[in-house]
Amino acid sequence: MAKFLLRRLANYVLLVFVATSFAYVLAATSLDARTYFESQTPRPDPAAVEMILTERNLNDNDPLAERYVRWLGGVVTGDLGLTVQGTSVNDDVQRRIGVTLRLIVLGAVIGSVSGVAIGAYAAVKQYKIFDRVSTVTAFVLLSIPTVVLAVILQIGAVMINDLLGMRLLLYSGEYSAGLQADWWGTLVDRLQHLILPTLSLALGQLAAYMRYQRNMMLDVLDADFVRTAMAKGLTRRVAMRRHALRTALIPVVTYFAFTFGVLMAGAIFTETIFAWHGMGELLVHSIAGNDINSVVAVAGFSAVCVLLAALASDVAYAWLDPRVRVS
Amino acid sequence: MTTTETGITAAADTVGADGPVLEVTDLHVTFPGEPDDVRAVRGVSYQLRKGEVLGIVGESGSGKSVTSLAVMGLLPEGAEVTGSVRLHGEELLGRSDEQLAKVRGKRIAMVFQDPLQALTPVYTVGDQIAEAVLIHSRRTKAQAWARAVELLKLVGIPNAEQRAKAFPHEFSGGMRQRVMIAMAIANDPDVIICDEPTTALDVTIQAQVLEVLKAAQRETGAAIVMITHDLGVIAGFVDRVLVMYAGRPVETGAVDDIYYRGRMPYTMGLLGSVPRLDLGERAPLVPIEGNPPSLTRLPPGCPFQPRCPLAIDACGEREPELVAVPGSDHQAACIRAGEIEANNWGVTDIYPVPEIPEDTIAQVPRADRQVVLDIEGLIKHHPLTKGVVFRRRVGTVYAVDGIDLEIREGETLGLVGESGCGKTTTLMEILELRRPARGRVVVLGRSTDRIGAGERMRVRRDLSVVFQDPMASLDPRMTAYDIIAEPLLAHNHPKDRLRSRVMELLDLVGLSAEYAGRYPQEFSGGQRQRIGIARALALEPKLVVLDEPVSALDVSIQAGIINLLEDLKARLRLSYLFVAHDLSVVRHIADRVAVMYLGKIVEQGEVDRVYGAPAHPYTQALLSAIPIPDPEKERGRSRILLSGDLPSPANPPSGCRFRTRCPKFLTLSEDERTACIDTEPPLRGIGDTDHGAACHYAEEREVV
Ligand code: SF4
Ligand code: SF4
Repeated sequence: MAKFLLRRLANYVLLVFVATSFAYVLAATSLDARTYFESQTPRPDPAAVEMILTERNLNDNDPLAERYVRWLGGVVTGDLGLTVQGTSVNDDVQRRIGVTLRLIVLGAVIGSVSGVAIGAYAAVKQYKIFDRVSTVTAFVLLSIPTVVLAVILQIGAVMINDLLGMRLLLYSGEYSAGLQADWWGTLVDRLQHLILPTLSLALGQLAAYMRYQRNMMLDVLDADFVRTAMAKGLTRRVAMRRHALRTALIPVVTYFAFTFGVLMAGAIFTETIFAWHGMGELLVHSIAGNDINSVVAVAGFSAVCVLLAALASDVAYAWLDPRVRVS
Repeated sequence: MTTTETGITAAADTVGADGPVLEVTDLHVTFPGEPDDVRAVRGVSYQLRKGEVLGIVGESGSGKSVTSLAVMGLLPEGAEVTGSVRLHGEELLGRSDEQLAKVRGKRIAMVFQDPLQALTPVYTVGDQIAEAVLIHSRRTKAQAWARAVELLKLVGIPNAEQRAKAFPHEFSGGMRQRVMIAMAIANDPDVIICDEPTTALDVTIQAQVLEVLKAAQRETGAAIVMITHDLGVIAGFVDRVLVMYAGRPVETGAVDDIYYRGRMPYTMGLLGSVPRLDLGERAPLVPIEGNPPSLTRLPPGCPFQPRCPLAIDACGEREPELVAVPGSDHQAACIRAGEIEANNWGVTDIYPVPEIPEDTIAQVPRADRQVVLDIEGLIKHHPLTKGVVFRRRVGTVYAVDGIDLEIREGETLGLVGESGCGKTTTLMEILELRRPARGRVVVLGRSTDRIGAGERMRVRRDLSVVFQDPMASLDPRMTAYDIIAEPLLAHNHPKDRLRSRVMELLDLVGLSAEYAGRYPQEFSGGQRQRIGIARALALEPKLVVLDEPVSALDVSIQAGIINLLEDLKARLRLSYLFVAHDLSVVRHIADRVAVMYLGKIVEQGEVDRVYGAPAHPYTQALLSAIPIPDPEKERGRSRILLSGDLPSPANPPSGCRFRTRCPKFLTLSEDERTACIDTEPPLRGIGDTDHGAACHYAEEREVV
């Protein structure tokens, strides 16, 4: 088992390296940091610009290979390079990483767990009212892009707040600026801000998992081994949980790594719409600002996230299906 | 209804003082549906006494499995069940799932058919048995595990401590079925319901599993309900039989009464339609015309009326009840049962037996007939590879390892063997019409290693094939007409005579012209197979390869197809290569037979010689393992049981490939054994006939 996971881990690390290197080459060749200085008034002296660019490792007149090696050398020592403005990318990332992680981890966990639960239950109640309602809901959710969903949620929140006559759901920022409160008040405030963005991410995930889990579950519901389990003396409910759900979960956990990528993409929009200062926002800003090193940092961050997701799904897979452990 | 009940009481009286263990009374199961409900079971009643074995027989859709699922409370939600199921007098119907779960596996256990699916793939075998133990008793995990190992030993799993830690996919079909039995007897049940427990297994494995079931019964003293479609399996196994048709019991009684003194035309026809391993002479089988009725809209009368040769107008008025044959607990649901009894009618008196034309070619001595297919030293090895990215060869599967076959004009050669013996690979090699890796395939004098594309096309006309699964081999988007016309078009049949040829072919296989425009899914299994045969005959082939052509069909339908094949062979002077695992069917249809084991032919010869006096220990075991639908004979037979499973064809034993399982080998002295271990026995003739066996110590012996 440990061997299996280690081998997987080695593969993933290699993949992250390749993906991030590609991102670097792509960003370094298509983004032009020079524009940042050209738009400045007064125009700085071209020779000075040239020097600053080289110093920040952003000069497109330096050979790409050279820049890449320099960048890579920094990365292995934990230095992600400098922004166009000359500040450290590390600082930026440090500030933002927690914000985004909170969003995507919560979104992924809530989305997958509740999606699996609802999907499995819908399968057991196939064609009953619960199944029908959840199926329709899932299709509606799946057909709405995250951006639109986020906006709809905002509008909904406004209506709810108006209805209640208080500001229950907050939809701008991560916390109320300048809030003076004890730890409890701070927590409540954070939660109020957290609900909507998390929902907008989780709902899409939930819908996808719901559909997938339902189909997988339907495949095993009538399986002979579930009948065998009941014939041994398990009630239908326990047989479903111990034998059907367990088996049906296996293909679903392999799905986790894939959907995580989709989730990351969704997070970019969510952060922007709800004005969260996370990695997604950083990506949008850095592309607009031709900030090569920041773009690559975000790309690397998503690669690592997907790696961890894949590893998590490997662990879950090995736990659910002991057959991979023995072979 | 009243009659049914009186029948039951009458039966109960003969039972004696101790009451029945399980008593099912007037059980009905309906699956609500659109637009009509499916009435799967309609009024089944039976009683099971302690230690008794009851066989429930029926074809697919007769309701036999649904009946027992209803008893166990395992039907899907939504099924409507009425009637009564009493275990030791306690009513089970209407109990909640929680209450029933306490009974399931504890007092009534079930063994299912094993199509690889009946065990949960992600738990070890030991865990699954231990779970059955834990559900019903207060034991620690370790105790339950110990009990699981003990049970595995009991059902004959070698090396049980180790094997308990294995997963189901690491077990063979027969071994998995043993595990199922171990699970069923884990809590000493009073009743074990076996639902087609051996259907998916090879005959020698079936014999082993039946033996384990008998042992399990001895061990637990449980009563057994044996559900099957195989009239052979239950003949020697059960005390009483219940025959079901269209959801109804149509005849019930002691096993001998049913087999020898049938009073219901369906039962009689069913027994008459089974090809017999023990009967040498070639009487045509009794086919039951038509198909079982749909369970959604049953006509008011006897459900068997459309297919019954004895049907009279009165049959359509009311569904006949089970009525006791005076003086016994034998009951039949037929208004003419009395007449059958009085006139002492047998199956051939009731059913019109088809006439099969005399095979004129049979008069010509075999040696003077043309050789249609000649195979010499055919070898097919598959590489065994490992790895996804870097495929590397880790071994060789010796699927077919040097076989010789010969088929002459007008002859049927049966190629038999259990799964994995290489018969399908042999067939595929022949159909490829390519140069084999080694050896020669000669079709009608043309060797496949020398022919070009054009010549190959011509050989294809002479050689056609019928596959096992009629549905899978017919394109669902094509009408019967298109399917049959396809090979004609491919071989440039004149367009103006296309229609007449297709109609002629439909007529030849006994389908009326109106069927031409229909699609495969509108046909029953038997009709689809007829279309498959018509298609195979379109180009007037000389040799037809039949790959398990009847094994997917119910016996009553199977009989019609076998008769058709025999009729066509005589009329069109065909030769058949009949590949099958069912040795009874082969005895019925073949002239010669070749028995395969692990890629080799171990015995070959005239059917009557090989079946009457098999000389190879494997053939003997194979034949003795096949149950005969004749209770008296069955009770008198003893089985030669083979130990273990088929070795892997990637790693066959040295010398004689059968030696790891050979019962004869065990009786040999050390010295004699060396020959078996070191030298591979060639196929040697016995006496001056062309009956040959590949065994150093071949000895003819009667086993059927
Ligand atoms: S009741 Fe009539 S139709 Fe039914 S089996 Fe008897 S004779 Fe045949
Ligand atoms: S050669 Fe030996 S091992 Fe092989 S079948 Fe004959 S007796 Fe058995």
